[in-house]
Amino acid sequence: MRRVTAICNGTVIDHIPGGQSLQVLRMLKLDSGRSNPISLVMNVPSDKLGRKDVLKIEDRELVQEELDRLAIIASEASVAIIRNYSVAEKRKVGLSDELINIIKCSFSNCITQNEREPLPHKLIVVNKSPVEIRCAYCGKTQEISEIPDYII
Amino acid sequence: MNDLITMDDLTNEEIIKLLDDAKKMLPAAKGDVYLPLLQGKVLANMFFENSTRTRMSFETAMKRLGGRVLNFTSAGSSVAKGETLYDTMQMIDGYSDVAVIRHPRQGAAQYSADAVKIPILNAGDGAGNHPTQTLLDLFTIREEHNDFENLNIMLVGDLRYGRTAHSLSHALARFNVNLTLVSPEALKMPKEIVDDLLSLGCNVIETDELNENIKHSDVIYMTRIQKERFPDEDEYAKVSGIYKISESNLVGSKENMIIMHPLPRVSEIHPSVDSTKYARYFQQAFNGIPTRMALLCKSLGIDIEKEVS
Repeated sequence: MRRVTAICNGTVIDHIPGGQSLQVLRMLKLDSGRSNPISLVMNVPSDKLGRKDVLKIEDRELVQEELDRLAIIASEASVAIIRNYSVAEKRKVGLSDELINIIKCSFSNCITQNEREPLPHKLIVVNKSPVEIRCAYCGKTQEISEIPDYII
Repeated sequence: MNDLITMDDLTNEEIIKLLDDAKKMLPAAKGDVYLPLLQGKVLANMFFENSTRTRMSFETAMKRLGGRVLNFTSAGSSVAKGETLYDTMQMIDGYSDVAVIRHPRQGAAQYSADAVKIPILNAGDGAGNHPTQTLLDLFTIREEHNDFENLNIMLVGDLRYGRTAHSLSHALARFNVNLTLVSPEALKMPKEIVDDLLSLGCNVIETDELNENIKHSDVIYMTRIQKERFPDEDEYAKVSGIYKISESNLVGSKENMIIMHPLPRVSEIHPSVDSTKYARYFQQAFNGIPTRMALLCKSLGIDIEKEVS
């Protein structure tokens, strides 16, 4: 059953874990009032995930750097680039081994909390499934659910 | 890499070699012989946070090896004017051959190592790591027990904020010891560290009971509940003075059990213990000299095995 009409051009993100789509929008910085039209479907039944969310973002093709961010909280997501109502391209969501200047360390006593320190924010992906991320400087494990709050 | 930020920067073989090298340094560490292996070299002691033993023992170690020392404290420096750590370290990169850093913020040592070319030795970053303390702790245990295998080692006190306990437990887990972690609930070892210890195959027991575990122990490692790391006074008052060892607690201990403490102590170890055969904390503080001599040589590319017959 199609719950949202097809989009002409843009990006469809499918297989987002149920209830996580608002977090995905924050990760992609698409949650501001001035973003493109977005359709959002939440908690629909899914063979793969049990419940899943779907996002359709009009007139915007997500680039690889954005897909890397997406991977942090929705590593199973599938991404299709839509051109003229059909799938023009499928893009892979992949988590890099290092996240440079994508998110900040959440630990309040980390050296990187001083905003004037010039070296890049660097987090290491220690484990990809389940995702485990630690700060390259202070070594603190990051709370995945809090990551959208620390996006750069 | 010649930096030492966490004990993970060293393989087990490198740790054992450093401890062997430190043993060779003992006569020079005591001042019985002069061993100018680092003549002409300059060490920068970068202390952004207070220190007594670590700063002084690094200074002694460098001087016993014929090197010179620059002492930096943040009070009265450009740091007080708002200079970044990055900028301060750029300066030190040009002034010295090796730097020791202690900083209140966690990650400061790795950050410094990324910022400069000279070797960086972490002397404590916030509640993070303190690997040179770990080396001298390992040296002290090995001097007594010759080996680490299957030792029952009890870490007591502030395991949450205590960086010496963090670094030491990580290292000990790699040498097949049995660890008993004794702390009040509020000061338990952080979960990520316990997970690391378990994944290294270490036997770990977490408890809040000190006395009943004393008789099984080969090493009792006491730590101070650190007032300065508590967010408020009330929380500190609830747990301060919770673990104390005096001579009377030690009846029935193993013959060659040793009591260690990174010092300073407050009330965790009663002075009556000082004169018992178990006390090793002052010897442990001295052991900072030979181990740091060995480490300074390693960082500056001097092979002690070749230099000292």
